[in-house]
Amino acid sequence: MGYSYAPLLFVVGFALVIPVAFVLLSTRLGPRRPNPVKTEPYESGIVPIPAPERKFQVRFYLVAVSFLLFDVEIVFLFPWAVRFRSLGWFGFGAMLIFLAVLVLGLIYEWRKGALEWR
Amino acid sequence: MTSPLFPRIDAAAMASLLPFLVFVVGGLLVLLVDALAGKRRLPWAWIAAPVPVVALLAAAVRLGAVSGLTPRPTAFGGQFVEDAFGLYVTVVIALATLSAVVLSDVFLRRMDRYRGDYFALLLFSAGGMCLFSSSTELLSLFLGLELLSIPVYILSGFFRRSLESVEAAMKYFLLGAFSSALFLLGGALVYAGTGSTDLAVALRGGFQPGASGLVLAGGLLLLTGFLFKTAAVPFHMWTPDVYEGAPTAVTAFMAAAVKAAAFGALARALVVAGPSGVPTAAAGFLWWVAVLTMTVGNLAALGQQNIKRMLAYSSIAHAGYMMVGLAVFAATGARELLAAVLFYLLGYALMNLGAFAVVILWGGEKEEHLEISDLAGMGWKSPTAAVALALFMISLAGIPPTGGFFGKYLLFRGAVTQGFVPLVVIAVLNSAVSVYYYFRVLVALYMRPATRPMEYAPSVAAGAVIALCALGVLVLGILPDGLVPGMPSSLIGLVREAVAAVR
Repeated sequence: MGYSYAPLLFVVGFALVIPVAFVLLSTRLGPRRPNPVKTEPYESGIVPIPAPERKFQVRFYLVAVSFLLFDVEIVFLFPWAVRFRSLGWFGFGAMLIFLAVLVLGLIYEWRKGALEWR
Repeated sequence: MTSPLFPRIDAAAMASLLPFLVFVVGGLLVLLVDALAGKRRLPWAWIAAPVPVVALLAAAVRLGAVSGLTPRPTAFGGQFVEDAFGLYVTVVIALATLSAVVLSDVFLRRMDRYRGDYFALLLFSAGGMCLFSSSTELLSLFLGLELLSIPVYILSGFFRRSLESVEAAMKYFLLGAFSSALFLLGGALVYAGTGSTDLAVALRGGFQPGASGLVLAGGLLLLTGFLFKTAAVPFHMWTPDVYEGAPTAVTAFMAAAVKAAAFGALARALVVAGPSGVPTAAAGFLWWVAVLTMTVGNLAALGQQNIKRMLAYSSIAHAGYMMVGLAVFAATGARELLAAVLFYLLGYALMNLGAFAVVILWGGEKEEHLEISDLAGMGWKSPTAAVALALFMISLAGIPPTGGFFGKYLLFRGAVTQGFVPLVVIAVLNSAVSVYYYFRVLVALYMRPATRPMEYAPSVAAGAVIALCALGVLVLGILPDGLVPGMPSSLIGLVREAVAAVR
């Protein structure tokens, strides 16, 4: 076993400690002067008044699907990049075919107008 | 790369997946042409039709190459096996796909939805079927199942302005996704119980005395997934609605190709699991599934007025007859029964494709609602197609001299030889019941006055499919041993060899 899980454990611990520390410190140290605007829920600057069950554009769905495609692509590309040398030309060829199929999908999406926000 | 993580992928491995590759690459090319064509209407069927033809030739060539070869060529670390069994099923799938492409040409032009992506989806689904019927490993089996299913869900709803079509797609998708999930869960349980995703290792070892209940539960869940795709009772509920609502060309494709792939994969799984791998409980379960599927399908078909719905119930009944073969095989391990199932699959595919082709030929704009009473007088108005439809009905009923008769004969004789007399008695009674609703079509064709004769446009393409299917049904019925008796290319000899080849 050449692997040690200690760094991973360290990262998990770090990820737990940092946010907890920030929240605790800001409640302890920060001055507290509330007014109505400040107590509203913060939604990246948009007025958070409308009802939650709004209709949303079906085009978001297409964007989500495209995103998913390229997200999965990255999932395959990273391990290949890590093992690039040992996989050699075989891996290169396989990834090339994989990317070609994906690019074909992109061409299809593009030509069919799925990327246009009309 | 020869480590188990990176199985050898070379020319031999690729060649053993040749029909699959032809379908998938063909589908991608059709998609590319569709994307580049923009708004132009191209003759899509002419672009797509060479793909199943090439796949058919590839399967035939490989069939010659693997014949009598031991050990079987396997690809991708033993996930897929190329043998005469899988290639035979591939031939049936390719034939059905070719017919579906040609029929879709007629059908989509009339319905004014002539589009390239439709044909690409057909080809992708056919590729998935090739994978499904040649997998010997749980994950690749699931991959094949999904690749064959998802395009068919889309195709069922291809007429998205038609409520029936959308309803069919929704029902098929929801139930299909559910059954896929059960299949996946079954695979996970089998893996958890045995530590292997290889069907042979997992199922053979998993049912030894003292093995965990995990594997039994997983095996039954896997069986559920197969039974859903074969439309066997009690997993048949979707069939009538989906067959009726889906575009007729897609229904023909589902009835012939999806069923062939599902039966092929199930039969292979049963063989690979081996007589020791199929527990007595599962064999008894299959016995009941066969009886229920035949009976429910036939009884429900009796009252149907709509032709597509009648053919849907009839397809359930025929799944029941084929299930007789699988049930007897599961109980006794007699491979003769599997050969009969393979023979039946081809005959069944031909007579269904033919019957749906006639429905497409005669159907007008409102063909979703073609009733049996609408056929009144068509025997005189369109004599040639009517004779063919009559032949398909006679074959579906199992009356000589047709392929349907010989398929049933081989199945039932095999079951009787193995001592399954009550099962065969039930099956024969069911066959007798089915004659009623098949002959209602004949009565409508020839013995009812034409009150409202249907108008239809003659079509060479649909006519060619009808003629070829009729010819095939007759050849299977008259010369099941092939055109030249004693030739190694005889169909019965071929299916026997194919079944013997499965390890």
